Amino acid sequence: MPTDGFMYPNEIELQWSVLIALYPYLTGLVAGAFILASLERVFRVDAVKPTYRLALLTALSFLLVAPLPLQLHLGHPERSFEMFLTPHTSSAMAMFGFVYLWYLMAVLVVEIWLDYRRDIVLMSRSSTGLKRLFYRMLTLGSDNISERALQLDQKVGWIVTVVGIPSAFLLHGYVGFIFGSVKANPWWSTPLMPVVFLFSAMVSGIAAVMLIYILVTKLRREPTDMRCVDTIARYLFYTFIIDFSLEMLDLIHRIYEADESFRSLDFMVHTRLYLSQIVIQIVAGTLIPIGLLALTQVVKLREDVRKRIYVLVGTLTLIGIFAMRWNVVIGGQLFSKSFLGYTTYKIGFITREGLLMTVALCILPLIILWILVKLLPPWYQPSEERLMPVSAPGGRRASAGL
Amino acid sequence: MKNAKNGNDAVHLYRLASVFVAGFVLLLLLRAFFVPKSFGQYGHFRGNAIQEIAAKPVVYAGHQTCEGCHSDVLDVKKDGKHAPVACESCHGPLANHADDPSIQPQKLDTAGLCVRCHEANSAKPKKFPQVASNEHSSGLPCETCHQPHSPALAPGGKK
Amino acid sequence: MNLTRRHFLILLPAAAVAWEHVLAGAPEAAPNYKMAEHWWGLLINIEKCIGCGSCVRACQKENNVPDGYYRTWIERYRVSEQWGVAEPIVDSPDGGKNGFPPSNDPNMKEFFVPKMCNHCADSPCTQVCPVGATFITPDGVVLVDEKYCVGCRYCIQACPYGCRFLHPEKKTAQKCTLCYHRITKGLTTACCEVCPTGARQLADLKNPKDPIHEFLRNHSVEVLKPHLATGAKVTYYGLDASVR
Repeated sequence: MPTDGFMYPNEIELQWSVLIALYPYLTGLVAGAFILASLERVFRVDAVKPTYRLALLTALSFLLVAPLPLQLHLGHPERSFEMFLTPHTSSAMAMFGFVYLWYLMAVLVVEIWLDYRRDIVLMSRSSTGLKRLFYRMLTLGSDNISERALQLDQKVGWIVTVVGIPSAFLLHGYVGFIFGSVKANPWWSTPLMPVVFLFSAMVSGIAAVMLIYILVTKLRREPTDMRCVDTIARYLFYTFIIDFSLEMLDLIHRIYEADESFRSLDFMVHTRLYLSQIVIQIVAGTLIPIGLLALTQVVKLREDVRKRIYVLVGTLTLIGIFAMRWNVVIGGQLFSKSFLGYTTYKIGFITREGLLMTVALCILPLIILWILVKLLPPWYQPSEERLMPVSAPGGRRASAGL
Repeated sequence: MKNAKNGNDAVHLYRLASVFVAGFVLLLLLRAFFVPKSFGQYGHFRGNAIQEIAAKPVVYAGHQTCEGCHSDVLDVKKDGKHAPVACESCHGPLANHADDPSIQPQKLDTAGLCVRCHEANSAKPKKFPQVASNEHSSGLPCETCHQPHSPALAPGGKK
Repeated sequence: MNLTRRHFLILLPAAAVAWEHVLAGAPEAAPNYKMAEHWWGLLINIEKCIGCGSCVRACQKENNVPDGYYRTWIERYRVSEQWGVAEPIVDSPDGGKNGFPPSNDPNMKEFFVPKMCNHCADSPCTQVCPVGATFITPDGVVLVDEKYCVGCRYCIQACPYGCRFLHPEKKTAQKCTLCYHRITKGLTTACCEVCPTGARQLADLKNPKDPIHEFLRNHSVEVLKPHLATGAKVTYYGLDASVR
C-alpha cells in the first residue's frame, strides 16, 4: 500500500472503511428529518406541514438501514448481539444498540403509529386479503377511532415528539462522541465533534426532506407548496450558518493552537484531503449552498427559479455532508499517530465494504421509503380535517385545518 | 367504540405498552440465557478468557529449561561475553525439543547468525562490538576464530 | 506425547517437574501463581538495543503472529542537527524483523526504539470496547478475548501507540499479550527471553525483589506519549525527545 513517511507498521491498513462514513451520514439524515418534522408539531410551524408525515417516513426508512453498514463492517456480525447482552458502560459505541432501539421503537415507530392510527384502522376496514391482515396487525386489534381516542393519540403523540427531539439530538450527538472522544486521534478528538455532527445532521436531513418533497410532488404531478419549500429552505439556511460557523471555529482553533499534530494534519488537508475537504465539502458543499440560499432570502426570484435553486442546493448539500463524514472518518485514518507519515485509502468495488455496497445502501432507504409511502400514504385527504378534534394539544390540526 | 368509558378509548395504547413490555422481558430472558457464565468474574469481561489465553502452548522453552540438560554448554558460556545471551536467541524456539528430546534442533549457520547482531550499523550503541563482515574475516567463517558460546579470542589465538 | 513426556521424566526428573507445570497451562493450575500478587510491566533500555530484530521474530513464532502484522516491532530514529527532534527520520522495514540496513550519514544521532503494547493501567483501548472483549487482567495485562470480540476495531482506533491490529483470518483484534501464557508459568516473555543484550526486561511491579525497583530508583525514565495519561507500564530508559 502506498505510504509516505513513517507509519507505525500496524497503521498501514485502514480500519474503518467508507461504510463507517456512511453510517453517521444515514443517522444524520434520520436526526435531521425528524427534527424538521417536530418543528411542525412542537413549534407549530404550519408552513412545513405538508412534509410532516413524509419526514417521519424518511427518518424511519433511513433509520432501518443505518445499522446495515455497521453489520457489514464487523469482523463477527453474528456476535453483535453482545452489545445488548454485555454493553460496556464506558464505551460510546455500546450505547449504539440502546440509543438506536430507543429512537427507533420508542420515538419514531410510536409517533408514526399514533399519527397514522386513524388511517390504519380505516384502511384495515376498506382493504382485503393480505393487505387487510397487515393493517389489522398494525391496529393491534383495536379499531377504536372515536374522537376521544384520537384526541388521546394526539396528546401522547405530542409528548413522544417532545421526548423525540432530545432523542434525535442524542442519536446523532453520540455518533459524534464516538469520534470526538478518541484521545489518540487529534483529527477526531474535540468536544465540538458531537455538536458539529448534530448540526451537519440537521442540515443534511432538512435538505433531504426538501429534495424528497419536491421530487414527490413532481412525481405525483401536484403543485409544489412553495410556502412550505421556502420555509424549509429558510431553516436550512439558518442551520447551515450555525453548522458552518462551528466547523470554522474548529478549524480556526486548530490553526491557532497548532499543537503537535498540526503540521501533519495541515499537510494532509493540503494534499490527500484537498479535493474532498476544501473543494467538495467546504466550497461546493457549504459555501455555494449558503450563498445560493442567501440569494433566495435577499432577492425576489420567480417560483421556478427558486425551486431549481433549492434542488441544486439540496443536492450539493447532501454531497457536501457526505464529504464531511468521509473527511472525518477516512481522513482521521490517513495520517500516522506518530505524525510522521500518511497512508492512502483504496475503496474496493464489488467487495463487502466496497463502492457498490455503498451505493446500494444509499438507494435502499429510498426503496424502503417508497414501500412505506405505498403502505402508509402521507398525503392528507381534504375530507379528513373535519373529523379531527378541534382542540388537539399543540393545536396542529386545528390551526392547519382552515 | 360503543363504550365511551375512559379505559376503552386507551385500549390501543395499553396494547402498545404491552408490546414494549414483552420486548423488554424477551431481552432480559435472552440476556440471562446468553451471557457467558464467567462474565463479570474479574471485571467486565469473560473470566474464562484469562485461563484460555494462559493455556496456550509455550514455543520458546526458556534458557532455564535448556540448562537443565545442557549444563556442559552453560559451563563454557558462563564466563564468556555471551553469558547473558539466551540459548534460543541463536538456536531458535525449542520447546518441542524440551518436550521430546528426540526432536533434534536444526544445525545453525554462523554466516548469517553472527552478523545479525554484529554487523556494523551506526544506529547501534557505540560500545557494542560491531564489524563490517565483508572486510573483517576475508571470507573465513566466524567460527574459525570465535567459539560462539564464548566468543573472545583465546590468548595466542589465530589473529 | 505421553511416551515422550515419560521419556523426558526419566531423563531429568528435576527439570521435568518445572516443565510439567509449564505445560499444565492454566495460571491457577500453575504452582504459586496468584493474579493478585503481580502487576506486570516492562523495562526497555534504548541504550542497549542493537536492532537485531530477535524480539520481533521470537514474538511472531511464540504467538503465531500473521505476516505483516506486529505485536512488537523496532523503529530506527535518525535525528539530524538541521531538523532536530521535531522531524526525525524513522523507518521500520518489516517491523525491524530482519534488522536494519546500515545508514550512511555520520552526522545524525541514531538509535533503535523497540515498541510494543504498553499494557496501560488506564487503557483507552479497553475503555472503548463496546462488549467487554478486551480488558486488563487483575495482574495488569491487557488482553483480547478472541471468542467474544465482534471485530468493530474501535480499540485499534483508540490505541495511541498503534499496537493493535485486526487478525486477517480470525477477524478479531489482536495485540501483545505480554506472553501471558509464559509469565503465568514463571517464564519471561519470548521477546525478553531472546533479547541478546538485555534491552528488554519483564518487570513485576508488585514483587519487591524485582530488580525494576532498584533501576527505577536510580535512573530517569519515561513512557511513550505521557501527555495522554494512559498509565503506560512499559517504561523506557534513554528515550529521546524525538520518539513518538
